[in-house]
Amino acid sequence: MSADIKVDQVLDAKGLSCPLPILKTKKAVETLTKNQVLKVETTDPGSKNDMASWAKRTGNEVLKVEEGSGTFTFYIKKSA
Amino acid sequence: MANQKMTIISSKGSLDMAYPPLILATTAASMDFDVTIFFTFYGLDIIKKGMADKLKVSPLGNPAMPMPVPIPTLISTLPGMEAMATAMMKSMFNKHGVASIGTLLDLAKESGVKLIACQMTMDVMGVKQSDIIDGVAFGGAAMWLDAAADAQINLFI
Repeated sequence: MSADIKVDQVLDAKGLSCPLPILKTKKAVETLTKNQVLKVETTDPGSKNDMASWAKRTGNEVLKVEEGSGTFTFYIKKSA
Repeated sequence: MANQKMTIISSKGSLDMAYPPLILATTAASMDFDVTIFFTFYGLDIIKKGMADKLKVSPLGNPAMPMPVPIPTLISTLPGMEAMATAMMKSMFNKHGVASIGTLLDLAKESGVKLIACQMTMDVMGVKQSDIIDGVAFGGAAMWLDAAADAQINLFI
């Protein structure tokens, strides 16, 4: 599990489809300060690759992705 | 580093064709792009006051339109078919957690997406500036070209 990652904020984006998980992630990350970590939970299978692209483009870091049964959990460090 | 830029020309006013420009614009804004959408011809309907959530989709002439049962083309011309197809598509989107057009439009404005209405089309179609939602600039081809010339991504939808 991810006991080693300190989570500062949690975003529940389960049940939402493109582009909402990304838009909500962006909004949530904006409320953090640098190096804080956002945990995002989604069910949109497209969000796995989308989140990686979003993070790459915005200069934020996906520390870890966990896949459960139909859910994805992202740990995103605000790096920019 | 200056933000990258994207422009989109939104020229269609049906429910299905209103989605791509708004999904791309809001997502690009979330990825730190400066985004401009130029609404022209039927695309103007998207930014008319009170219209965003009243856009329709027609099953007519669209063999890929998902229907509960196969519908012969001639039946698609009957009254009520457009309303049925529209209700069906909205319910499918809603069920899958897709934002409505109105919500995406609000999110676009909130995230700083620049909206331009084509003044020429408005004049031809008898649309007044007061018919258009707040926060929209009015201009023509030159205004879009000015934005597009500096953009990495330019789309016509």
